[in-house]
Amino acid sequence: MATVETAAHSDTHDMSGDSWSGGAQPFKASYGKLMMWYFLVSDAFTFAGFLISYGALRFSMPTWPVPDFVFSTTPFNGHGLPLVFVTVMTFILLASSFTMVRAVQEGHQENKRGVVKWMILTIIGGLMFLGCQAWEWNKLIGEEHMTIKQDPFGTHTEAGVYLAGDGHYVEEGDTFKAGESYLVHKHDGEWAPLDYKVTEGADAGIVKSQSLGPKAFGALFFFITGFHGFHVFSGVLIMLIVTINAATGLYSKRKNGYEMIEKVGLYWHFVDLVWVFVFLLFYLL
Amino acid sequence: MAHLTYEESKKSAMRIIIILGIITICEVLFALLGKGYLKEGIEFPPAILGGVMIIMSVVKAYLIIFEFMHMKYEAPGLAKSVLLPTLLLVWGVIAFTWEGSDWFKRRDKIKTSNEQPVKDVKVGSIYDPATTRNIG
Repeated sequence: MATVETAAHSDTHDMSGDSWSGGAQPFKASYGKLMMWYFLVSDAFTFAGFLISYGALRFSMPTWPVPDFVFSTTPFNGHGLPLVFVTVMTFILLASSFTMVRAVQEGHQENKRGVVKWMILTIIGGLMFLGCQAWEWNKLIGEEHMTIKQDPFGTHTEAGVYLAGDGHYVEEGDTFKAGESYLVHKHDGEWAPLDYKVTEGADAGIVKSQSLGPKAFGALFFFITGFHGFHVFSGVLIMLIVTINAATGLYSKRKNGYEMIEKVGLYWHFVDLVWVFVFLLFYLL
Repeated sequence: MAHLTYEESKKSAMRIIIILGIITICEVLFALLGKGYLKEGIEFPPAILGGVMIIMSVVKAYLIIFEFMHMKYEAPGLAKSVLLPTLLLVWGVIAFTWEGSDWFKRRDKIKTSNEQPVKDVKVGSIYDPATTRNIG
């Protein structure tokens, strides 16, 4: 990609049988860049371990919280807006990936001002993403009482009608169909599931009570989005350090096309890449 | 290494981010439409719904790796050494979702066998799988 061919790269084109003396670069990539790639491979396997266990557990459950119901609130009292907030989060991360590409390109041009400008925008994007995630977590933990052990989001497996405390039918919004989701609320620190009467199927006429959703959901959600969020957080820290170094002129002295920015860029794009799959598995499917 | 000029690479980055954005919007609309949230009555079979969204996500992953991370411009050996090991994960996904759906099937089996009365097993008697209740 570099339009300015670096000194290190032009050396590698001429390896006159000298491969064992340490002068040649494997795959025409510097040590740092190659090792960043291999770190990302190992990190991909870590995330894959998490996501595959998510898949195995989800496949083993009779019901699973419906994402369009779980993730349907936005700040400023937005309700019933499925996936809107998380789509905004995705766009923030994508945009920060784009600004990172621009920073790397300015680095190849040895343009210090450009690098610092686009890096600052990338850091802002990362911080915005973290802020959104903090809001989402706060909502789920504080208001909806989801923990790593308890998942208040359930799904009805059969159609029915809600009952009031005295056994009478609730007047408004009282009927529901199979597959509809509900949130079990807490009153004075105790779960308060609603009673309902089944109207169709083999169990018709039987009074049942709402139950909590699959336990694994909370643990998987918080550990996987938390691990990803931790990557975003460390990415922001690394980018801060690198941006300060770039601004003080450390990398322009190296005359290698701001390779450090490129390496951090690889990491940042990887964080975006992981989000593509977290987004797919938790929010879309 | 350098296949694009500065101006060309700037344009290419802009193009890729727009494509990524469009795919993301399509994914979200497809997810909402397919489950019947946008319009009552329209629903896609889960297999098609999931398959299309997985394909769109893989396309996004391809664009991020090959364009944004410049895998396209790296030495072929580097690309292979990074991408081929991740193919092992394909088997991981198949094996564990397979296993997961088997756990799902066993759920009913465990439930029904739990409802059966437990046979008396005398202390010191030899364990006989044919007569002893099998939890599996």
